[in-house]
Amino acid sequence: MLHRYPKRVAIIMLVLLATVATFPLWGPAVFGSQSDFMLEKLTLMVILALFAMSLDLLVGIVGLVSLGHALFFGLGAYTLALASPEFDAASMWWMLPLVMLVAAVAALVVGLLVIRTKGIFFIMTTLAFGQMLYYLISTAPFAGGTDGVFIMFRPTLTAGETMLLDLDNPQSFFYFCLAMLVVGFLFLRWLTRSYFGQVLDGIHDNEHRMQALGYATNGYKLVAFVIAGVLAAIAGMLAAMQYGFANPAQLGWHTSGEVLMMLILGGMGTIFGPILGAFAYEILLYTYEHLTVHWPILMGLTIIAAVLVLPRGIAGVITDPPWRRKATSAEEEETPDDRRPRRGPLPRARRVKP
Amino acid sequence: MDLAFFGVQLLNGLQYGLLLFLIASGLTLIFGIMGIINLAHGAMYMIGAYLVWDLTMRLGNFWLAIVIAIPIAVALGLVIERLFLDTLYKRDHLYQVLLTFGLILVINEAQRIIWGGDVHSVAIPAPFDASLQLTDNLQYSVYRLFVMGVCLALAGVIYWVIRHTRLGIIIRAGAVNRDMVEGLGINVRTLFTLIFSVGVALTAFAGMIAAPLTSITPGMGDSILITCFVVVVIGGIGSIKGAFWGAILIGMAETFGSVLIPSIASMVIYLIMAAVLLVKPRGLFA
Repeated sequence: MLHRYPKRVAIIMLVLLATVATFPLWGPAVFGSQSDFMLEKLTLMVILALFAMSLDLLVGIVGLVSLGHALFFGLGAYTLALASPEFDAASMWWMLPLVMLVAAVAALVVGLLVIRTKGIFFIMTTLAFGQMLYYLISTAPFAGGTDGVFIMFRPTLTAGETMLLDLDNPQSFFYFCLAMLVVGFLFLRWLTRSYFGQVLDGIHDNEHRMQALGYATNGYKLVAFVIAGVLAAIAGMLAAMQYGFANPAQLGWHTSGEVLMMLILGGMGTIFGPILGAFAYEILLYTYEHLTVHWPILMGLTIIAAVLVLPRGIAGVITDPPWRRKATSAEEEETPDDRRPRRGPLPRARRVKP
Repeated sequence: MDLAFFGVQLLNGLQYGLLLFLIASGLTLIFGIMGIINLAHGAMYMIGAYLVWDLTMRLGNFWLAIVIAIPIAVALGLVIERLFLDTLYKRDHLYQVLLTFGLILVINEAQRIIWGGDVHSVAIPAPFDASLQLTDNLQYSVYRLFVMGVCLALAGVIYWVIRHTRLGIIIRAGAVNRDMVEGLGINVRTLFTLIFSVGVALTAFAGMIAAPLTSITPGMGDSILITCFVVVVIGGIGSIKGAFWGAILIGMAETFGSVLIPSIASMVIYLIMAAVLLVKPRGLFA
């Protein structure tokens, strides 16, 4: 985990924020009639960035690799879809807390079961719980089955009688999502630098030592799991507003895999990395979709290539540029992702060469 | 539900469970020995089914198709292990998950390019294309019995290899402490290649013999993969014995679940998993 960003990270992020935030000004000039469509794409990227960032708290900070994070994303989407009145718009003032509450309760229940497991067991159990909700939703009569549920009216944001922000307007909705992303980012930055975040970092490095120091590590992990779930649900709610529907695919494990990919592509454990990852992933996806109908093959190969050659993601290139790196030893070359101190006194035995 | 119907469901559950065991045993072997989570395992099951469908179409003989398809599956496993997994053994599980996730996308799309998105089926091959008359209106397919027999025989072979051969000793030792096995001078590199190829071949073979019983669809690998994950988690990751009993349990649960409580049938196996994890977080046989 990075406690302090190098200055260039701050510069890049601010430039990115400024570029994205001013899109309505320069978009029409660059994309012409495509501008509205591009704004929608950009809104989606912002939402997915929030989603990927929430996963970073689990994977990058605590070291819990979840393959079921889409559970909370989809839960946010379905909570919005099912709680919205049929012929009327809901109010954001109760919808957002409701989504957060539902996600928190779900994360608490799932978390209590999965937190007891470690490593591969954690991966598999989160995957299984994600699929459990997937099958529950896709067969439940009240949730529209595999078609999902349509959202006729987006929630409104009003104060008394006056509308604060017209969320039906693509531009204001875009700024609403962007604000959510910025708030989420600042919150996670604050959280990871707080005392709580330091304990999480300690758990990542050596859980046994933290236990020996008297920390109830499972409690800390559970709280992190709940926070990550709530943030993912907010992203899911925004995504459902953007699409206009909630669909079982939003819950499925392919979505969990994709968001994990955004995280790796961007660089985990950095909080800002997943934002870059989500943007990069969506831009790649969009490009590939235009190139060929068989775009999954290109996406799959990109994923494989990223895993093999860019294990620390885009953030790794920014914080530790290859051209600035000193000559590294062969041992470090083998595990470039392992920046944590070694656990044992001796490095692991090398494989016997045939 | 009368007795004969119950008996048929019992056989169906057993047959499904045994098939699951073939797939799950590969998954659990690959994890237990190599420490690799192979998400592309389900995709290999699908490849097995498509291979046998394609070859049966070309050759007109199901058995010949299987004989040709098995070496292809082994070769595919060999290539994947050497090309992609080789660099990942020292990395975190996360990277294996992602790489094999990428492989799924590639394999699924390759399948679409080669074989298209249509649903196919393979006729039940002779001499097993008959059925047993159980009662006046209940029949049972001989082919299903044959599949059961093959799966049981393979389970026996796996058990024998692991219990009574030198290779089995290495495999069991490798599941407990990989570094120690390395330290004792075993060529782990070759062992990994062997295990991965065998694991992939097992799941592809499951796809092949299941082809006449199921419809061959592009997404068939994904759903079976998740079910097998549940099997492996329940049984205890890395345990062949666990995979066997887990597979039988899940096979029965899914079969009887869909007959007795169809409304929540798809959730039953996850509920069982949650219950097992509550009592034994590391699985039943770990």
